Parts: sequence; structure tokens; C-alpha cells
Amino acid sequence: MFAYVVRRVLATIPVMAIVALFVFSLLYIAPGDPAAVIAGDQATPEDVERIRQSLGLDRPYLVRFGSWVFDIMRGDLGVSIFTNLPVVTMIKQRIEPTLSLMIVTLCLAVSIAVPMGVVAAWKVGTWIDRAVMGFAVLGFSVPVFVVGYLLAYIFALELDWLPVQGYTSFSQGFVPWIENLILPAVALGSVYIALIARITRATMLEVLQQDYIRTARAKGAGQTSILFLHALKNAAVPIVTVIGIGIALLIGGAVVTESVFAIPGLGRLTVDAILRRDYPVIQGVVLLFSFVYVLVNLAIDLLYTLFDPRIRY
Amino acid sequence: MERRTFLGATAGIATAGVSAPALSQGAAARTLRVIPQANLTSLDPVWTTAVVTRNHAFLVYDQLCATDGKGEVKPQMAEGWDISQDGLTWTFTLREGLVFHDGEKVLAKDCVASIDRWRRRDPFTQVLWPNVAELTALDDRRFRFRLHKPTPLLLVALGQTQFPCFIMPERIARTDAFQQVRETVGSGPFRFLRDEWNPGQRAVWAKNERYVPRQEAVDGLAGGRVPRLDRVEWTIITDPATSGSAMAQGEQDYWEYPLHDLLPMLRRNRGVVVEQRLTDGTYGICRFNTLQPPFNNPAIRRAVAMAVDQRDYLRAVAGDDPAGWGACEGVFTCDTPLANEVGSDVLKVRNIERAKAALQAAGYNGEKVVLIAPGDYPQINALSLMTADIIRRLGMNLELISADWGTLIQRRASKEPVERGGWSIIHTTSSGQSLALPVFHLFLRANGNDAWFGWPDVPEVERLRAEWVEKGGNPAEGRRIAEALNREAMQAMYYIPLGYYWQPSVWRRNVSGVFRAPATVFWNISKT
Repeated sequence: MFAYVVRRVLATIPVMAIVALFVFSLLYIAPGDPAAVIAGDQATPEDVERIRQSLGLDRPYLVRFGSWVFDIMRGDLGVSIFTNLPVVTMIKQRIEPTLSLMIVTLCLAVSIAVPMGVVAAWKVGTWIDRAVMGFAVLGFSVPVFVVGYLLAYIFALELDWLPVQGYTSFSQGFVPWIENLILPAVALGSVYIALIARITRATMLEVLQQDYIRTARAKGAGQTSILFLHALKNAAVPIVTVIGIGIALLIGGAVVTESVFAIPGLGRLTVDAILRRDYPVIQGVVLLFSFVYVLVNLAIDLLYTLFDPRIRY
Repeated sequence: MERRTFLGATAGIATAGVSAPALSQGAAARTLRVIPQANLTSLDPVWTTAVVTRNHAFLVYDQLCATDGKGEVKPQMAEGWDISQDGLTWTFTLREGLVFHDGEKVLAKDCVASIDRWRRRDPFTQVLWPNVAELTALDDRRFRFRLHKPTPLLLVALGQTQFPCFIMPERIARTDAFQQVRETVGSGPFRFLRDEWNPGQRAVWAKNERYVPRQEAVDGLAGGRVPRLDRVEWTIITDPATSGSAMAQGEQDYWEYPLHDLLPMLRRNRGVVVEQRLTDGTYGICRFNTLQPPFNNPAIRRAVAMAVDQRDYLRAVAGDDPAGWGACEGVFTCDTPLANEVGSDVLKVRNIERAKAALQAAGYNGEKVVLIAPGDYPQINALSLMTADIIRRLGMNLELISADWGTLIQRRASKEPVERGGWSIIHTTSSGQSLALPVFHLFLRANGNDAWFGWPDVPEVERLRAEWVEKGGNPAEGRRIAEALNREAMQAMYYIPLGYYWQPSVWRRNVSGVFRAPATVFWNISKT
């Protein structure tokens, strides 16, 4: 097991190298010029060129890529073209809101969606099943920003229960922290809940037809015990897989949610950097996201061993 | 449903009739929470021309002289200036008591270094600088310009608002003008709190307790810049509906650039004030690429201009209320001394059928027209889509490309044919101040390869511009030259003026002291 984990961690190195090459190349060929953004409308082409030179953007592709990789290997993601701040500092400033949003969304989604899926499978064909599936369809169909605006309108503007926007650090207390996260987490979680609930239901329906479930019933096991101890554990592998895949959804959705609720997270940092062509920031954030994906996949693979004893590494 | 439409609807419902929350007390009452027009990403007002950086700089730095409400240049850091009889020597004297935020006195050498760095990036001063023989500090409080010939416009350049000359300590101002300064130390009414700066989230300034304002009443950007707030906090909110809701709930106090779509709803909210604060309108323009077909033919450019009705454009940007915009069918900012419509008849045709006939007579032969619209700039996008509609109705072979601003500003630099990544038409906007005088009127320049994108080459325009720099100090002469310039520009029609719209601001009713100015500044404002 330990050897497997070490192998997988080492395997992230070539993956990250490919991602780095891909991201750098993509940005190199993408249209846009930060020097022109900085210089503004009034600048002469010579001014733009001088800014380009001062930023090192006039250097050949291989020189720039080599220099970037060399810096990364020293743990230096570079300096933002615009703010002049180290990319690592900017990521540090933004990571807490995004991490908080993802954790709250994940907890909320899993704690709601899994029981919903289990109950829908148990009561298959009844109004409960149809209601859960109806909710799932809605969750998939309604864009996150629409859910966000509606929630803000109802719970912030009309009822005045929660703030419209912003983020308060956890260090300033749990209550203000969670107050700012409830609405964005529900908005972002709506798609996620729908996804997990549907997968849970489908997997549970399959598991509930298995012989060992019939055996458990014959032995007189209670319904709750059958559902949550016998069936859910056996349905866990696909559910955990979907939860893992869903983290990618969360990162994508966070971009929109962070804009709607003015949360200063990594999603907004990425969008702002892309619009300005702040290459070091884009490259740094994409590398970080890629690393997170790789780690999440590793964590999911390891979780499989907990739910299915037949899986061994 | 488009996201913009949806957010307009929800924010509209949200902001109408929402009651004001309880007023803040104590420290909160002395903190102004502002939603700025954009994210503050750069802190150096010389390195970048971003308006948001300039507004930050007005908080932190001070100017030698500044423009008052009538557009006249008045002393600010300067106690005054003496001009020799022959107009060749200008001696500026600094006020007593000027201190940088790091505790150092403001000295004449700081002003000299700051001017020297700023003039390397300011296009206006670059035109005038060949007239400057020498700029030297005479002692701690005095510095002197020696000129080769009288240059009255030098004062206008020093006091301008679009690219202001801010004073930094000499050690910082010695930074290359093409590199960002690494410290933010000014002598203005507020200090920048770098530790609290989180680009994309917030930026904070604290009152400069040592600031000594002028005694005169505030007047535009001139007069006493009295800091009445303990803190100014900018929160970056990119979503207009969220900004509207935050204002309605009292979570924010001041919104610099509300989306026009939301103004009717905001006006119905009793807790907020919606007013025009900026003294200048925002002017739209449609720019042709004069190097490539079909718009290398001036007759085709004029044919398109004949189909333009500025009012349609302005409604598309700023709504149906005529108080929110104005037609301006000349190249100079309306209601300024040089504004005129000599030769602007082509813009008064406003007829698609006559334009079609003119297009045919001009010899249009079905060449492709590539129009790039920036989807992430709602106002410029709206202008672009209006022109696209006209081009289609004229029967021209249009390719409409939707891009983000970053892509547009790179592609507009291409002089290639449209088949090889070039372009035919772009749009942009500019503040009225930037179009008031020929010397810094970017779109009017017609010096070929050195001109703004589109690269028109009209020697007569350049000759007249140079003549204005020489003789513009005489109002009658200046006016005559301006009329000739308008006539030439309309004849060549390398860009179409699209009129102007007002950009109001929104603030909570407990915010007082808000005054009209050509830039968003926060001195003299208080909050109860």
C-alpha cells in the first residue's frame, strides 16, 4: 500500500510536467498581450514594445518556458505581471475562500444527496422517488447563477437573514464565516446534489436486487440496517467516484458562484488573470488545480480499499 | 435568457423598495465602503493608464496643480508659479508643510524626478517636451522650467486629469517609467494600506493625519482636499446585480459605475442617491482600418457614416432617457471651447437608403468587413452590435467576431488583411476630457503608421494639429484651426463619433459631501 502511494505520488511528476507544457504552450499561442493592456489606448507601439521587453515577453518560447520551469523547480511560481506580487502570495490570499466554499458545498451536498438517493431507491416508483428525481432534473437544468440570484433575493434581500455578498475569514469566527458561505454553497451544491442523488439512486437500485440483500432480509435485518450498512456500503465505490469527479465540477462552478457572491477565491483570480493575460498567475493557478485533481484521484483510489476489501494495491 | 437580462430582472426586483438598514455607528461610520469600477491590479499611475489606478493615485498622491470645475488649472501642492516676461522661465514654489507618508518632507527634487518620469509616458507632455531646455530644483521648495519657446500648454499638461502628474519621493520616482514602482508613498490625503491589499478582493486607504489641505473650498479637483473619512475600503464586486443588491442592503456605501440597465430600479430605492458625479461624458467611436479594403476608400467610410444615427447607439448603451446621453456630431468634446460641427453634414443624413446609394457609388465590391465586438465590455459591445446591424442593412459582407477585450486589443494592432487576422472596424470609448484639445486627441491623429489603430494618413490634419500647438493659445486662432480640423476629419472619416453618455454613480443617503469632479475622488466626503 505504502509503495503504491509513493508510486502514485511520483507519477504526478510527469503528469504535472505535461500539464505545465500544455498550459504554457496554450497561453503562448493564445491571442492577447498584457503589455497592450498595461500600456493603454494612448501608448505608442514603441511604448508597448518597451513594456513587453521589460516583462520578458519578447524572449523566445523555449527561453521563457525553460526559465519558468527552472523557477517552478525552486518553488517559485513567478510574479504577477500586474500586481507585482508573487503568484504564491496571491494564491495564498485566495485559497481559503475557495477551500471553504468547496468544503461546505461538499459536506452539504453529500449529507443531502446520499440520503436522498438511498430513500429514492428504497421508495422507487413512489411520489418520493419522483420528487427526488424531479429535484435532480431541476438541479441539473437551472444554471448556478440563476439559483444564486434567487437565493440572494429571497434570503438576503427579502428575509434579510444572510449577507448578499462577501467572505469573512474563518479566523474571524465560525458564525460570520458560515453566514457568508451558506447561500453560495447551496447554489453551487444544487448541481452536485442532483448528480450524487441520481448516481446513488441508480447504484442502490442495482445493489438492492442482489442476493445478499435478500439474504439479509431473510435473516431479519431491519430496513435501515439493510439500506445503510449492507446496500450503501456496496454501492459506495461508484458514489465515491462521482464525488471525486464532482470536485472538478465544484472548481468550475466556483468561478461563477464566486462572481455572483463576490467571494475572493481562486475562481475569480483565474478569470481576472485570463482577461488580463496575466500569464504567471494563470499558469500558477492551473498547475495548482491540476495538482489538486491528481491528489483527489489518488485519494479516491485509496478510499476504494475501505469500501471494497477485494481491491488491493 | 441572457445572463445580463436575468440579472437586470432579479436586481430590479431586489433593489426596488428595499428599506434602508440601520445606520452604522462609530468606526463603521467613518469608513466608506466603495465598489470601484474595476479591480485595482496595479498601483503605479505612470506605469499603467488604467482609470482605476489613477483613482487610487488621487487618494495617495498629490498634484502640483489641478483642474477646477471650470477646467482651469489651479495650484494644488504648488503655492504658485512665476513666469518670466519672455515666457521662457517658469518657477514653481511648493506650499509649506507638505510631507510624504513616510515622514519625509516633499522637496523640489522630488517634483523634478516625478515630472521627469511621468513625462516619458504622457503623450501630451511628449509633444511639449522638445520645448523644455531644462528642469532643475533651485532649492528645497522651488524648481524651474527653462523653455526654448513659450509653451502655455505646459500648465495644462501638468494639471491634466487623464494622465495626472503625481508627485512621489525622488528615490521612487527614479524608477524606469516602463517598470512598476515597488512602493506606494505619496503625500496625498490618504495612505495606502498595502498589508490589507488583496487584488481582486479589496484595497484600503487610511486618512493621512498629517495632510495639510489648501484653504480654498473644493472645486473640481482643485481647492482643499480634506480627508473626512478614517478609511476608504474598496471591495471588488464584478457582478452588477450583486453590486446593486449590496447597495440596497447597505453592505456598501458607494458604487462608482452602476450598469445603466439597473439605474431605473436603483432610482426607485429610497435608501440610495443616483446622480451624475463625473463632469465628463463618455464618448463612443467607431474606428475604421484605413489600410485595408474596403475602408481604405474614404467614400465607403463616409457612406457608412451616412447611415449612423447617434441616438440609436446611445439608447442601446444608456437607455431611453435622453437625459442620460447626448448627440455630439463633431470630433471635439461638446460644450468645450473647440466643439464645432463644421463639415459634419455627413453625420446628419441618418438615412440607410441614401447610405446604400453612396456605398454603391463609392464602388463597394463585396469585400469582407471584419468587425470585432468585445463581449466583456457591455457598452463597447452595444456600440459594436449597432454598427454590425448597419453594415448588414447596407448589404455589406460582414463577419462579426465576438472576442474578449484582451483578444481585441491584440488583434487591433494587426495591419494585415482580414484574411490574415486583420480587422475592419473596432469601437472604443473615451472620456470627454481626452477629446477636448487636438494635442491629446488620440483618435484625431492621422500620422499614418504612428497614428492610433486604423492608421489614417491625412497630412492636412497633422499640419493643422501642429499649427494648433503653436497658435492654440489664442482663442480665435484656436477656434479657426479646430473648425478646419473637424472639416478635414469628417471628409476623411477615419472614425465616426457616436455621441456621449453619462455614467452616474450611486451612494447611500448617509454619505454626504459628494461633489462633481472629472474623476472619482473621495476627499471632502463624509458618512454619518
